[in-house]
Amino acid sequence: MTLDKLSKGESAIITAIYANRELKNRFNSFGLVKGARISVEERSLGKKTIRVRINKTRIALRSAEAEKIEVKA
Amino acid sequence: MNDAAKHQSGRKIIKVALVGQPNVGKSALINSIGNARLKVGNFSGVTVKKEVVRFVHGDYEFEITDLPGSYSLTDYTIEERVTKKYLDEGEYDLILNVVDSTNIERNLYLTTELLALNKKIVIALNMTDEAVNEGVHINEQQLSKILGARCVKTSALKKTGIDELIDAIIETYNSKLPDLHLQFSEPFEEEIANIVDFLQAKKFQCKISLKALAIKLLREDRQAYQRFHEEPIWIELLPIINKAYQHLYLHYGTKDLEDIFNDEKNAVAKGAVAETVVFEKDNRLSLTDKIDVLLMHQVVGLPIFLFMMWGLFQLTFDIGSIPMDWIDAFFVALIDGTKNFLGHTELASVIADGAIAGVGAVVLFLPNIIILFFGIALLETTGYMSRVAFLLDGFFHKFGLHGKSFIPLVTGFGCSVPAYMAARTLKNDRDRLLTLFIIGFMSCGARLPIYVLFVGAFFAEHHAGNILFLIYISGALLGILAAKILKMTVFKGKDEPFVMEMPRYRMPSFKLIWHTVSGQALMYLKKAGTFILMASVLVWFASNYPKQPELEQAYQVKIEQAVDDAQAKALSNELALSKLENSYLGMIGHASEPFFAPLGYDWRMAVALETGLAAKEVVVATLGVLYGLGDDITEQHTGLIEKIRENISLPAGISFVVFVMIYLPCLAASMVFMREAGGWKYLGYLFIFTTVTAWLLSFAAFHITGMLV
Repeated sequence: MTLDKLSKGESAIITAIYANRELKNRFNSFGLVKGARISVEERSLGKKTIRVRINKTRIALRSAEAEKIEVKA
Repeated sequence: MNDAAKHQSGRKIIKVALVGQPNVGKSALINSIGNARLKVGNFSGVTVKKEVVRFVHGDYEFEITDLPGSYSLTDYTIEERVTKKYLDEGEYDLILNVVDSTNIERNLYLTTELLALNKKIVIALNMTDEAVNEGVHINEQQLSKILGARCVKTSALKKTGIDELIDAIIETYNSKLPDLHLQFSEPFEEEIANIVDFLQAKKFQCKISLKALAIKLLREDRQAYQRFHEEPIWIELLPIINKAYQHLYLHYGTKDLEDIFNDEKNAVAKGAVAETVVFEKDNRLSLTDKIDVLLMHQVVGLPIFLFMMWGLFQLTFDIGSIPMDWIDAFFVALIDGTKNFLGHTELASVIADGAIAGVGAVVLFLPNIIILFFGIALLETTGYMSRVAFLLDGFFHKFGLHGKSFIPLVTGFGCSVPAYMAARTLKNDRDRLLTLFIIGFMSCGARLPIYVLFVGAFFAEHHAGNILFLIYISGALLGILAAKILKMTVFKGKDEPFVMEMPRYRMPSFKLIWHTVSGQALMYLKKAGTFILMASVLVWFASNYPKQPELEQAYQVKIEQAVDDAQAKALSNELALSKLENSYLGMIGHASEPFFAPLGYDWRMAVALETGLAAKEVVVATLGVLYGLGDDITEQHTGLIEKIRENISLPAGISFVVFVMIYLPCLAASMVFMREAGGWKYLGYLFIFTTVTAWLLSFAAFHITGMLV
C-alpha cells in the first residue's frame, strides 16, 4: 500500500521509498525513512495534498509524492 | 592563534558559521545577544540574504554569519547550496549548530553531517523551555560525549543559556580540533579504518582528519575525488576504495551510496537520542495541533485564509493611501519648487519633470510595499505561510503553479511592483519565474482609470460595474491559462515536488520582522530607484525632443492674438499635440502605426499605449492631450468620454482595453521584474510574451466585435 491510500487519522510504517535521489534526500532529512511510523492528519479538498506526521514533524506533500512511499499498517 | 586574526584593539576575532534547520530559532538566538550589530547583505551571486552579526565579549570579537536554514547539506534548494558552499569553502573558525530540542532526532540528522566535516563545533540545544514543557528531557553532558562536541541548552525566548553558549564557543575555539567522534555501524567503520590505515602508512598530509577524508571518499564526494586525482597515491588507493564499495553493497543490499550513508546518519541520530533523551509520555494535543485543526481544515481553512488576505489588502491599499497622498503632495511641491528655483529652463524640466517625477513615482509605492511586506513577514514568521501553500496547492498545481503563487498574484491586483517582490516567497526558480511572468495579467490599480474611461464611453452606466468586473476576472483567467501554456511549453519539465514542513506556530518577533521589512524597503528604493532615474530621464527626452522652435514661435504669436481664454487654451492644446506628434515619442507612434493598424488603432492610440509603458496613469492623460483637451484630464471628464466615443469605434475600443489588460506593466514594475527575475533577458522575454499575446487577443477582439456590431 502507498501512503496516499491512508485515510485521515490512520498510521503506518514506512517500508520503502521509490523516489529519485533528490526527493529521497529531502524525505530523509525530514525524518521520512524506512521503519518510521507515519500518520495522516489532514487531507485537502480533492485529496490533492495531504498532511502527515512523523514524530514531532508535520509535513505537507502532494498525493503524487505520497504515492512514492510504500507503507504497511 | 595567528596574529592575522587579531583586531587592531588586540581582541581576537572568532568567526562563527551559524547553521541549523529552518524554524529552530537561529536568528532569534543571535538577536538575543545584547550588544550585537547586524549587517545584512547577499551571498555572492545569489539573492539569498546574508546576515552577519558582530559583538564583543571580553577579549574576543565575534563575527557570526547566519547561514540560511537547511534541512541537510544537499543541493535541494538555493539555501542549502549556499550553506554547503560556505561550510566547504568559507572562512570560519567554528560551526555553531542550533538544534530544536523538541524535535531533536530530526535535527541531529543535520548535526551528523556537520560532524562529518570535522570542524570545531558547538551545539546549541535551543527551545529548551518548550522541550521541558512537552516532556522532552535531554542529558546534554552525555550527548556532548557521544557527539564529541560541546552541547549547551539555550532558549532564545527566555534568554537562558546564552552566556554559557558564548563561553563554550570561546573554549572550543581555544582547544585543538578533536578527533572525529562520529561512530557509524561496524561494517562502515571497518571500511573507514582500512582507508585511514593506508593513508597513515603513506604519511598522507591533509587539513582535515584522515577519518573525515575517508568518509568523504566513501560518500563519493566530488571535491575529495578531484583533489586525489592529482595525487600519485591515487593508483594504490583506488582498489582499496573499490573493495570497500563492494563490501558495503553486499552488506546493505543496495548500490546506492547516498542511501547507505543516509541510513548511517539516521542510525547515529537515533542512537544518540536513545541514549540521552527521555520522553515523558505526552498525549496532549499541542497548541499548534489545535490551531491546525481549524486553520488547515479542509472546509473552513480556505475561507479563514481568504478573510485574512482581504484584511491585509484593506490595510495595504487603504492605510497605504494616506502616506501616499503625503508623498505625492511632497513630490508635486518639490517639482514646482525646483521649477520656480531654476526658472523654466531645459535643466529645470529635465530635473523636475524627468528625474524627480520619475523617482517620485517609485517612492510613491513605498507605503504599500512596507505594509504588504509587514503582512507577508508576519505570515511567514508565524508559520502560517506553509499552511497557505498546503491549502491552495491543489488548485494552483493544476495550472502549473505553486500554492505560494497565490500571494504575489493577488497582490498584482493592487500593484505589480510589490507583487513581483512578493514572489520571493517561492523558493524554486522555475515556480518563481512562471509566477513572475503572469503577475501582469492581474490588472493593477493604475489601469482602472483606462477601463473606466472606455467602459464609460461605450457602455450604459448601469452595466459599467459588471463590465469592469468582467475585465478583471477575464484578466485573471487569462493569466492562469497563460501559466498553463507556459508550463507546457517554456517551463516544461518535471514538476518540482511539494514537500514542506509545517512548522510550529510562533509569536512573531517584531525585531526580526522589522529587519526583513526595512531590508526589503531599502533594497527597493536603492535598486529600482537607480534604474527608474535613468529611464525617466530617457522618457522625458523622447517626449520633449527634437525641439521645434519655429512651431512654438508661430503658436506663441497665435496664442497672444487669441480673442478669449477658450481660444488660447485650444491653441496651446494644439501646440502640445503637434509638439508631441513631432517628438521622438510621436515619431515612434507614427512608425508603429502599421503594427497597430490591424487592431483598429490610429497613431494617437498607439502613442497613448507607448506612454503607458512609463506608467499606466499616463495613458489617460496622453489621450487627453491627443484628443485636444489638455493634459490635466481624468477618466471622469465627460469631454474626453465624448471624444473617445466620437473618434474610436466600439471594436477598436474593446480591442484597446484588451491590449491594456495584457501588455507590459509600467516602467517601475518592469524594472522590479527585471531585478527579481534575474536579468535583462527575462524582461526581453516578458516584453515579447506580453506584446504578442496582447496583439493576438486584441486582434481577435477587434474582429469578433466587428462582426457582432
